[in-house]
Amino acid sequence: MRALVLSIALALGAPASADSNLPPSYWAYRQLPDPKQEAKAQALMQELRCLVCQGQSIADSDADLAADMRDLVRRRIAAGENPEQIRAWLIERYGDWISYRPTTEPIALPLWAAPIILLIFGGAIVAGRLKRKRS
Amino acid sequence: MSRALRLLPIILIIWILIAFAWRLVQPSDSVVRSHLVNREVPPFTLPSAVAGVPGLDSASLATGEPRLVNFFASWCVPCVAEAPILERLKKQGVKIDGIAVRDTPGGITAFLDRNGNPYERIGADRSSRVQLSLGSSGVPETFVVDGKGVIRFQFVGPIGSSDVPEVMKQLEEAK
Repeated sequence: MRALVLSIALALGAPASADSNLPPSYWAYRQLPDPKQEAKAQALMQELRCLVCQGQSIADSDADLAADMRDLVRRRIAAGENPEQIRAWLIERYGDWISYRPTTEPIALPLWAAPIILLIFGGAIVAGRLKRKRS
Repeated sequence: MSRALRLLPIILIIWILIAFAWRLVQPSDSVVRSHLVNREVPPFTLPSAVAGVPGLDSASLATGEPRLVNFFASWCVPCVAEAPILERLKKQGVKIDGIAVRDTPGGITAFLDRNGNPYERIGADRSSRVQLSLGSSGVPETFVVDGKGVIRFQFVGPIGSSDVPEVMKQLEEAK
């Protein structure tokens, strides 16, 4: 009996929610009326990291803070700001980490050099094979 | 092909496995730190969040003595745990301002009635804009702002009783 009451209580009990008290911000789940601006906002939102679900973009995340970040991006783009200004504003506050687009800073150099190095490496292997076949 | 070259893929795989094992044992730090520490608080003006407690703006943070700016919310469970510690800090003479993130006046009133009000002023940040402009990423979070309005320290997460000496030290250093 006690187990039954307990399990019913458990099933009915609402889980402690970490969701905020307010409905989503105006532009969080709403597209901008101008398709060109919306496209710009979308492209930027795909490249910004969610601060809560780190690993998701703010375009993919349902976290309240990601919704507020989408609101911020759309609001600023609607006000005529360009996406790189918004990205720079966020990087100033959170570091390069907030943007998924690799930076051109020296720390990302191995990343940019990797394709070239691999191409040279592959080229060397192919050249070696061709030489061996001919001889 | 030389022998060393043939071993290269195996060495590479072992190296990758070691990297995986290392990260499993030592998970990376997922705390987001504001890059605005040691910079001036960005300009903002927030309306009052509850009747009877004034709102908060960035210009009024430069009062000549260091103070705490605490991001909190009535829907945030760790904030309940932090409330008595803030109360204790207030009793020790620490000046604390609050920024209520995504909250309603009713929610905040109930929260303050239950947990006490350590705040001199509380600004309502209804769409996290001030939170984002300070480089904060959640609630609760606490910034130490010095007398000139410069951010000197950021504390991420609830301040526990064991963190009080650290916070006091940071306030002392911000003088």
